[in-house]
Parts: sequence; structure tokens; C-alpha cells
Amino acid sequence: MEKFVYIALFAPLVSSLFAALYGMSSRKVYVGIIASLLLTTSFLASAILATYVYQTGGSIHVTMMEWIGAGDLMIPFGFVVDQVSVTMMTVVTLVSTVVHFYSIGYMDHDKSFNRFFSYLSAFVFSMMVLVMSDNFAGLFIGWEGVGVCSWLLIGFWYHKPDVSPEENPSISPSWAANEAFIVNRIADLGMLVGIFILYWNTGSLQYDVVFAEIPYLGHGILVAAAIALFIGAMGKSAQFPLHTWLTDAMEGPTPVSALIHAATMVTAGVFLVIRANPIYSLTPEVSYFIAALGTFVAFFAASMALVNRDLKRIIAYSTLSQLGYMFAAAGLGAYWIALFHLAAHAFFKALLFLGAGNVMHAMHDELDIFKMGGLKKSMRWTYIYMGVASLALAGIPPLAGFFSKDAIIETAFNEGTLVLWIVLVVTAGMTAFYSFRQVFLTFEGDERYKAFGIHPHEMYKFVLIAMSPLALLAVIAGFFQGAFHSFIIKLLPNYEMSEHTHHLVWLLGTIVLAFAVGGILLAWIKYGKGLKRNEKLENSFVYKLLKNQYYIPHFYAEFISKPYAMISDMMWKSVDMKIIDTTVDGIAYLFYGGGDKTRKMQTGNLSTYLNWMGVGLALLLIVAAISAVIG
Amino acid sequence: MIGLNHYLILSGLLFAIGLVGVVRRKNLLMLFFATEVMLNAANVAFAAVSHYYGDLTGQMFAFFIIAVAASEVAVGLGLLIVLYKKHGSLDLDGLSTMKG
Repeated sequence: MEKFVYIALFAPLVSSLFAALYGMSSRKVYVGIIASLLLTTSFLASAILATYVYQTGGSIHVTMMEWIGAGDLMIPFGFVVDQVSVTMMTVVTLVSTVVHFYSIGYMDHDKSFNRFFSYLSAFVFSMMVLVMSDNFAGLFIGWEGVGVCSWLLIGFWYHKPDVSPEENPSISPSWAANEAFIVNRIADLGMLVGIFILYWNTGSLQYDVVFAEIPYLGHGILVAAAIALFIGAMGKSAQFPLHTWLTDAMEGPTPVSALIHAATMVTAGVFLVIRANPIYSLTPEVSYFIAALGTFVAFFAASMALVNRDLKRIIAYSTLSQLGYMFAAAGLGAYWIALFHLAAHAFFKALLFLGAGNVMHAMHDELDIFKMGGLKKSMRWTYIYMGVASLALAGIPPLAGFFSKDAIIETAFNEGTLVLWIVLVVTAGMTAFYSFRQVFLTFEGDERYKAFGIHPHEMYKFVLIAMSPLALLAVIAGFFQGAFHSFIIKLLPNYEMSEHTHHLVWLLGTIVLAFAVGGILLAWIKYGKGLKRNEKLENSFVYKLLKNQYYIPHFYAEFISKPYAMISDMMWKSVDMKIIDTTVDGIAYLFYGGGDKTRKMQTGNLSTYLNWMGVGLALLLIVAAISAVIG
Repeated sequence: MIGLNHYLILSGLLFAIGLVGVVRRKNLLMLFFATEVMLNAANVAFAAVSHYYGDLTGQMFAFFIIAVAASEVAVGLGLLIVLYKKHGSLDLDGLSTMKG
């Protein structure tokens, strides 16, 4: 079985290096095909491992080599394939494979086609390191690796110029890439502190050693470690107040948004909380904070999605909102439900993004849904895919989202946290509304795009076929809830609804469903027949507040970026230029001036030189004599 | 009785005379003579110390120095003759062509 572990892990690396060989040359289709096939290999190996773990119930632990050995510190390159990591591996490689095949079609006209595949595969490799590592150091390496790849891919079209935030809230791809990277650095510092706290107190970074020591640690230390690790998770999973980068990250190519900013990388924070569940189980106050923050983000992000006009940004907000759901479940102790929602969400959200990519491709990179409409005629398959994905997202039975999201909402009820429950139920209604507002504005109603002279066309057939596994899983993934439950609780703590909740499960499900269906109906009534703009509503305070993302990016720009730039400017002009540069320049001028003055010694007269030599000899003798006397 | 110290003092004096010659003289030929004096000062010291310790290595070294000095004079005098033919003098003050 060990060889499958290595194949699953290294096939993406091989793919990345292979594509990198062609990085500077023009588009070669076979680079994309070979990269996709290598990813398929990785997926198959992961699937074999998943079957093995499912059948035996055990885990595979391999240590490739010793990495860092210094004193008591021993960090090996070790990988563990257990129930949690194998779930992540399968989800990651499956979505990546689909996205790779999809990109062959989507990046068709891009001159950096080969470079794109190199980055994309490098991302998958980093993500695999992140989920498979058996220690926190390896996790951190993967964590930073996906951060770098995310930066590379968001800024893939780095040549686009900056524009004003009024014109485009994310300014330019390179600006968005830097924002994502810097925000993640802030969070990663928290995560590093968490890792240090754990190492300081347990003397190891291996998961099994650390988690075995956890019960003997003081409560204060555990709380500190839990908070610090969660700060790292907040950055990667874009939780409030570090959420602004995710919507701006939509500047990257759409396959990137589907893979990194919906299905895999942003769920790494949830994965971390699930992986570190022994810590969070013992710190109920931190866990409760996570649940509350998750619930808040779910609502907060959904509210901003209600009024947005940008196709990809709406989906980004919904990702943010669903991540909030996952954190709510993880914070309430239902780790397996969080992981289940993570997997189900990965399928339908990636599908939704890829559908949006098809629309973009057809609309010549137009993203404003107010300029679309009636696309169902020319893009029937994309409409079906996006419709299915939106139904799954809205939580309509029997699609995947119904099972996973409903389980989270039930958990909130079961824990007796009624406020969280109400917010999550209302958010479910909002989710349904904004997803179908988007779908109806894009595909139904009047054909507004004609005014802009666009002739939409359906995506290539092979791309549509490549998307089908995701569509299938978005439909059927929910049916595996029972099997997944019995599979995963061999590793994660079990979470069952109480008898009381069990009794009310039909009622609870109906309430959520009523909200979801209500949301869809409202969207149909408002947008099903075409776009009717309401000036009064659009000028109202709440609408403007939501449209400007609660003015948070504005706030960050005014109160963090600008003062920081001012301080930097001051430090540059007064400290750097006046103190440091002056000192360095002074030393240089000293030698320059000294050289200029002593130049006259060079008279060209041998006799003078010999005199100087005599002086030098005398000086050396004096020095030798003094040192002999002293020494 | 003449001991080691006498030889070393002689050697030091010779070396000092040679050094003064190197520093003060302006004629290149005289500089050569001064250099020879310094080399021979070293030879005296070598021979004396060698005899004092009963070790022949020092005397062997003195022979080497004599050989080196001889070859140096052979080459050096040739160069001096070329220089004299070119400039008509061996005065150092008149030969300063490479100013810094």
C-alpha cells in the first residue's frame, strides 16, 4: 500500500515539474493532457487507499526520510493515511482532476497555458502534503505551499493594470494576489505561535505524540494553543475579520477559483480544526467561539451575496458562508458533520464555479449578471449543471447539500444554541435566494446581453463531460451519509443527535426546507421573468451597506493600509535615508576620500617607495615588539 | 673570545647599513650593492646560528642565498645596462614615469 501513498503524493509534483519544462513555450495541448492524466493517477491511488482504509479500518503510516534532526527535535517527512486524510485526499484529487481537464478547454486561448498547469499541479502537491503530513511541521509546509500557489494563480494575469476600487473592487490581479498573501501571512503567524506552544509543552510535533500529551497539559496552555491555531485557520478559511481576500481572489482564472478558493485550500482551516479535535474538545470556550464566529460569517457573507452583481463574487460569498457552516459544526463538536459538509460542498461548489467559468467563456469575460439573462437557450448544459449545483447549495432534497447542511443546522438545535440555530436557518433561506437570483438572472428572462453585442456559445463538449463527475456527486453524495459516518467515527469523536432532536428531526428539516424553497420562490418572483430594477431599494442605506461589503475593505484601506503606508514613508525618509543610508555612505566616502588623499604617495619614484617600505618595516617591528612585551 | 652575539651584532649592523643604503641612495647600481650587503648580513647570521646549534641546515641555506644573489645580479645587471642605454643615467629621480 505504501507505493500508492507515494503515487498519490508525487504524481502532482511530477506533473508540475513536467509542465514547468514548457513554462516559457507556447501552448502545447499535450502538456495539459499529461498533467491531467497524472492527476487522474493520483486520484486513482487515493481511491485505492480510501478503499483500503474503508475495508481494514486501519491507517497507513509511512516515514519517507528524516528531515530535521537537531538535539531533541526530530521531524521526519512522515505521511499518514487515515480516515480524515484519505477523505481529504480523495476530494482534493477528484476535484483537481476535473479542474485540470476543464482547464484544457477553459485556458484554450491563453498564451501561458503550460505555466498554468505547472502552478495548478504544484498547488495540488502542496495540498496533498498539507493533508497527508503526520506532523505539524509538514502541515505548515503544505500550508505555506498552497499559499504560494494561491498567490501565483490569483495573480496569473499579472499584466493587467490597476484600476480604481470604484471600477473594480479588487483593483487588479496582482493587487488581489498580494492582498491574499499578506492577509494569510498575518494568520500564519498565529498558527506558528500555536505550533510553538505545542512543541514547547509536548516536545514533539508528531500528531500522535502531541495528542497523547494533550490531557496532561494545563488548561491555559490548551486555550492559548487552540486560539493561536484557530487564527491560522481563520486566515486560510477567510473567516471574519480576515475575509476580504477571498472575494478579491476571484481575479484569478475561474478553474483556480473552483479548485483553490472553493473546494480545497479554503477548507484547510476546517481541516486543521478537525485534525486538532483533541485540543478543541478540551477547550469548550474556544470551540463555542468558533461556532459563534462561523455562524456569524455564514450570515454575514450571505447578506453581502444578496445584492452583489458579480457572478464569481456571489459564489465566493457563498463559499465564505458555507465555510462558516463548517466552522459552526466543528465548533459544536460535530467534527464528522463538518468534514462531511466539506466534502459535499467541494463537489457542488466546484461545479458551480466551473459553470460560472463556462458563462464567462461564453460572455467574453463579462461577469455582471445584470448584463446577462436568457442564456438557457444557448447554454443548456451549463444551465443544468449550475441549476443542480445551486439546488444542492440551497439544500433541496435529495441533493448533497440537503443532507450535510441540514445535519449542521440540526446540530445547532441539538446543542441547545437556539440563537445559532435561528441564524443558520435564516441563512439557509438567504443562500437559496442569492443562488437562484444568480441562476435566474443569468439563464432566465430577457436577453440583456444582446445590447452589448455578445454572441454566447456553449462550452466544448469534452469540458462538459469532464464536469459530469462533479454533477453526479453533487446529486448523490448525500446518500453516503450513513456509510461516511460509520467510516469516519473510527478516528473522529462520534456525534449523535439526542433522542429529543431525533424526535423533532422531521419538523426541523421541514422548517429549513421551507426557508430554502421560500428563498427560491422569492428569487423566481423577483427575477424569473427578467430584471426589474428598483431604484428606491438600490439607493437605500442597507443596500448600499451590503453592496460596499459593510465598508470593511474601505475601513481597512483607511485605517490600516494608509497609516501603515504613512509610517513606512516616514521610516523611509527619516530613518532609512537619514540614519542608515548616511552611515553606510559615510563609510564609503571615508575610504574614497582617504584613497584620493594618499594617491599622491604614488610618485613613480622608486626611492620614495623604498622609503615608505622602510617606514612600514619600522612600524611592523614596533608592533611586533609591543605585542612581544604585552603577550 | 668571539661568541654568537658578536656575529649577530655584526649581522645586524651590516643589515642596517644595507637598509640605509636602500633608503638613501639614488643610483640604481648602488641600490644593488646595498641589497647585496643585506643578503650577506643574513648569510652571516645563518652561518653563525648554524655553527652555534651544530646544525648544518643554516649553512646550507646560506649557500642557497649566495646562489640566488648571484643569479639575481646576473639578471639585474643585464636590466640595468638596458635601462642605461635607454635613459643615459641610472638616477632614480629621473626615472619616475609611473605617477599615481
